[in-house]
Amino acid sequence: MPAETRVAIDRETDIVTARQKGRELAAACGFASTDQTLIALAISELARNIVVYAQRGEIIVKSEFGERRGIEIVARDQGPGILNVALALQDGYSTAKSLGLGLPGARRVMDEFEIDSAPGRGTTVTVRKWVR
Amino acid sequence: MVPILKHGKFLIASIVSALTDQDLIQLRDELANKIGQVRAHGVIIDVTAVDVLDSFATRTLRDIARTVKLRGAKIVLVGIQPDVAFAMVQLGLSLDEVDTALDLEEGFSHLRRGEERSRHAG
Repeated sequence: MPAETRVAIDRETDIVTARQKGRELAAACGFASTDQTLIALAISELARNIVVYAQRGEIIVKSEFGERRGIEIVARDQGPGILNVALALQDGYSTAKSLGLGLPGARRVMDEFEIDSAPGRGTTVTVRKWVR
Repeated sequence: MVPILKHGKFLIASIVSALTDQDLIQLRDELANKIGQVRAHGVIIDVTAVDVLDSFATRTLRDIARTVKLRGAKIVLVGIQPDVAFAMVQLGLSLDEVDTALDLEEGFSHLRRGEERSRHAG
């Protein structure tokens, strides 16, 4: 049965909650444990970006059971937005003295990646992964 | 909170599953102090129970390792689970400058070997 979980993100401990919820849903979806860990890691990176750059936002995790079984994660905030999305997707680029691997890393470990962001309008990142 | 145990000249910090960023930062600060208090020669950080090591955790563990080394102790990270290791590689995270070992037992051997080497050299 398709399911959806929303986790409000406004402090660090919410990052842990979000990735635990995501892992549970991924397990219910039929993902192998290796993929569950990749999904949890992607959620961790996206949720951290919310805390660091936007202070608050939400993570929505949806399981999909259409023609393909998989999971969709939406990370949404109304923060300052990203000035240069192409740059933010480069390995090692960070405006917050972090490793700069969060966004490009989350993109790498998932099958699909979309980002919608503009200065002053907030950021929405949508990623999907399909059960192999 | 991460409890720090003392075993001979070694300190052991076992991180339980859902560690927050604050836990890691606190661990770094406590280890730096405790090495001096108990004159520890080595530190083992056990992450066997950790489900995910993300970019923040990786960077903080690197910082912890550097801090411990600067305080004059050896450090070894033990217990990275197969899925966690695989996910780190996929994301592009590395802990190249931090010694790692399979588990606590191997971690102790690693530190003891280091102790013997420095005795022979000295």
